[in-house]
Amino acid sequence: MSAGGVEALASEVRSGARSGREVVEESLGAIEDRNPDLAAFLRVMADEARAAADRVDAMVRAGDDPGPLAGVPVALKDNFCTRGVPTTCGSKILDGWRPPYSATVVRRLVDAGAVIVGKTNLDEFAMGSSTENSAFGATHNPHDPARVPGGSSGGSAAAVGADLVPLSFGSDTGGSIRQPASFCGVVGVKPTYGLVSRYGLVAFASSLDQIGPFGRSVRDAAVGLEVVAGHDPADSTSIHGDAPAVTPRLDEGVEGLRVGLVRELTGVDGLQPEVAQATSSAATALEAAGAIVDEVSVPSAAEALSAYYLLAPAEASSNLARFDGVRYGLRVDGDDVESMMAATRAAGFGAEVKRRIMLGTYALSAGYYDAYYGTAQRVRTLVIRDFDDVYRDHDVLLSPTSPTTAFALGERVDDPLAMYLSDVCTVPSNLSGHPAMNVPFGTDAAGLPIGVQVLAPALGEPVMFRVARAIELAALEGVSS
Amino acid sequence: MSVEPVIGLEVHAELATATKLFCGCPNEFGAEANTNVCPVCLGLPGSLPVLNEKVVEYALRVGEAMHFTVPEESIFARKNYFYPDMPKDFQISQYEDPICVDGYLDVDGARIGVERAHIEEDTGKTTHVGGGGRIHDARHSLIDYNRAGVPLLEIVSRPDIRSAEQARGYAEQLRAVLTAIGVSDVKMEEGSMRIDANVSVRPEGSSELGTKVEVKNMNSLRSLTRAIDFEIQRQSDAWERGERIVQETRHWDEDDGRTHGMRSKEEAFDYRYFPEPDLVPVSPDAGMRDAVREAMPELPAARHRRLVEDWGITDHDAQVLVGNPALADYAERAVAALEGGSARDVVNWSTGDVLAHLNETGLSAEVLPLAPDGLAELVGLVADGTLSRNLAQDVLAEALTDGKRPERIVADRSLAQVSDEGELVTVLDALITENPDEVSRYREGDDKTRKKLRGFFMGQAMKATKGQGNPQLLNRLLDERLEARGEG
Repeated sequence: MSAGGVEALASEVRSGARSGREVVEESLGAIEDRNPDLAAFLRVMADEARAAADRVDAMVRAGDDPGPLAGVPVALKDNFCTRGVPTTCGSKILDGWRPPYSATVVRRLVDAGAVIVGKTNLDEFAMGSSTENSAFGATHNPHDPARVPGGSSGGSAAAVGADLVPLSFGSDTGGSIRQPASFCGVVGVKPTYGLVSRYGLVAFASSLDQIGPFGRSVRDAAVGLEVVAGHDPADSTSIHGDAPAVTPRLDEGVEGLRVGLVRELTGVDGLQPEVAQATSSAATALEAAGAIVDEVSVPSAAEALSAYYLLAPAEASSNLARFDGVRYGLRVDGDDVESMMAATRAAGFGAEVKRRIMLGTYALSAGYYDAYYGTAQRVRTLVIRDFDDVYRDHDVLLSPTSPTTAFALGERVDDPLAMYLSDVCTVPSNLSGHPAMNVPFGTDAAGLPIGVQVLAPALGEPVMFRVARAIELAALEGVSS
Repeated sequence: MSVEPVIGLEVHAELATATKLFCGCPNEFGAEANTNVCPVCLGLPGSLPVLNEKVVEYALRVGEAMHFTVPEESIFARKNYFYPDMPKDFQISQYEDPICVDGYLDVDGARIGVERAHIEEDTGKTTHVGGGGRIHDARHSLIDYNRAGVPLLEIVSRPDIRSAEQARGYAEQLRAVLTAIGVSDVKMEEGSMRIDANVSVRPEGSSELGTKVEVKNMNSLRSLTRAIDFEIQRQSDAWERGERIVQETRHWDEDDGRTHGMRSKEEAFDYRYFPEPDLVPVSPDAGMRDAVREAMPELPAARHRRLVEDWGITDHDAQVLVGNPALADYAERAVAALEGGSARDVVNWSTGDVLAHLNETGLSAEVLPLAPDGLAELVGLVADGTLSRNLAQDVLAEALTDGKRPERIVADRSLAQVSDEGELVTVLDALITENPDEVSRYREGDDKTRKKLRGFFMGQAMKATKGQGNPQLLNRLLDERLEARGEG
């Protein structure tokens, strides 16, 4: 799309060197070529995108500044509400629903001059780690069409991985940005909880969901994050005050930074040796760049996955109650209102969504609440405390993003537990609300991308991105191979 | 052995904020269906609630007025159940940590404990069409979401109430408090105040609680009393027959005057409460608490005491005024404007003719065409003898309707009382002369006859003076004449 990245592309459009229309046609062309095989997009918004690009060009001609993402084609996971444009969440239950409003993030992107080119595929209601749980078919990994792109934001990761767009956005509840970023060889960021508004993101698990960018480079992801971050009065959990600036200090290096390798996450069951090797090479590279690296322990991280699979379904069981056939989306008629609701939900939800609604309903039931939901909340408190302890003398932490590289389509669909394990390294940051991101770091023997995860304390994005940038530089210099 | 009723009330009061609890939609009654709605109160996917600060302020006022403790933090929770008029299929409420805990209300000398008050959102309103208006038989149902997201305060008393009459007293006192602090319209008929009663009975002297029955669907204070009385009787009878009381929810039927067990599922509802992750804890800061405390208006109990002491009026009159704060304000302004007559006169008119007029027209005293100093003027006209009480009643009726000043009406209709003794003597002398038969029958008659004939002469005198003769004066002059002749 542009070798110089998002900033260079936007500045070409702002200066009039290239038209937004030309840029968007290039993106739409690439989508037309590749999407039939990849199935990254559920909906391509060609007409809307051309009109948006023309508006950007008209602003440039009028001497107005369209903003930092002028003319940049952007793809959105299809759980972001887009006014008047179908928003399906990868579910039959919302098929045909057109939201009457746009998410805050969508408005901020458009205000920054971005051109929304389409809505990308996802696991139904963001529940999954392979994008195979979409009611509209699976997305394929751009590096190997027989493999999954990861999930749940697989479509957005694949769209950037295949260079169909330079920037895309997803949501991350337990790793749904970072794990697919890792599988598709792109940068993917889960920001601090509350840094990016959730208003207009169809909720999976409200206390864990966070929107973040995918980019080809650490810098592109940083630019994308800066556009969408910042307080939103429409989201009560949004952080007050200015969002931390990330791009200005991106290239300051890691000299003197204290980096901890998380023992519990570098030694997980089923860890692919090449992934372990890459993580340790990344640590070595950081050391070589002047960082101080040691091994640290976050004991509760081992318990995080179990706690996550109680808390997230519990919240989901409540968030997804509204899909009842009464007001919008699918309705399957019944003899009375209860049977209509039951029939609608039976027909509209896929197996994984039903499984999690059942899990969550059970975890919240009278008599089980304390044993399940209550215990999981206590584990969550422990995770936060353990991270706080470690961050007292560390700036960032390092781990694999996912235990393996991209697995084959169909390989884990019948084994939910194996599927869940692919989030073991990413889930702790959602429980703690801390930021974490994936940086591509080499490939395995099959040529599939490997990802390394950088974790930071709350609002530690500036230092997290600096470390990610250093890892990216090391990868470019071939340290990872 | 006799039984004692044990009653607790759960009152839902709609808070009269300008906008809804979690969005900026207008909070108003009677708008066209589904016009006061937005993605948030419709619970559309992706929408998020933002707490209306005004609701917290109103809850703090209630906290102050009802002697509640307002903890540092209170927490919203989701109450999960499926119902078509509830847009999210869960209700945002407060569960384990409500905003107000452990208060009380003094009702006619008895202290009724109030366990808690918590904030929650209202649901939409369903109209079932066909099949007698019940959901299960309806042909179809219409849902109006204007009410969805309207702020409610649920105020839960302790089981300290012992009779239907006391329950009514509690409800009246609560209504007066909520009105005085300006947080709710508390109109049971419009549903802005809804009351459920928990009723049980136990042997006199026992301190254990019996099995409670929740009674719903009372839409006036009268039906509240009737429903509770019915339920006490029903349970007492059952108890005497040695029958077990079943824990259940019963509907009050205004028409047949009975409570009916609802067709209920055997298992209790499991609402699966958990903390609402889309909202942060409510922690009103010291500044907000102080501001509320400083701005507290005089409460009904204090006003009651003051009016009785300052004006020398009865408890009953004070209660009527305090129960209608706008009328009390009106009376207070009239008293302040008095030039003749007493505060008691003002109160008599206020709780009599003025209140009757308000009830008849449905107006609030705030919007009466006659300003309070107009009532003071009327009281003055009666006090100085210009108007008889009867004529004053006519004058007030006219003044209340079109706002004309009483003095003006008296002048326009030449209503001033004839208190000129000479003029009245002329009238009476003529009457005595023209009716010699009546005079002699009076003189010879028994008490009954005399009373009747006295009335005849007064009536004729009033007729001759077009009703303007000063009655006290006429009485005295007539007595002098009738008795004088009698002796002579």
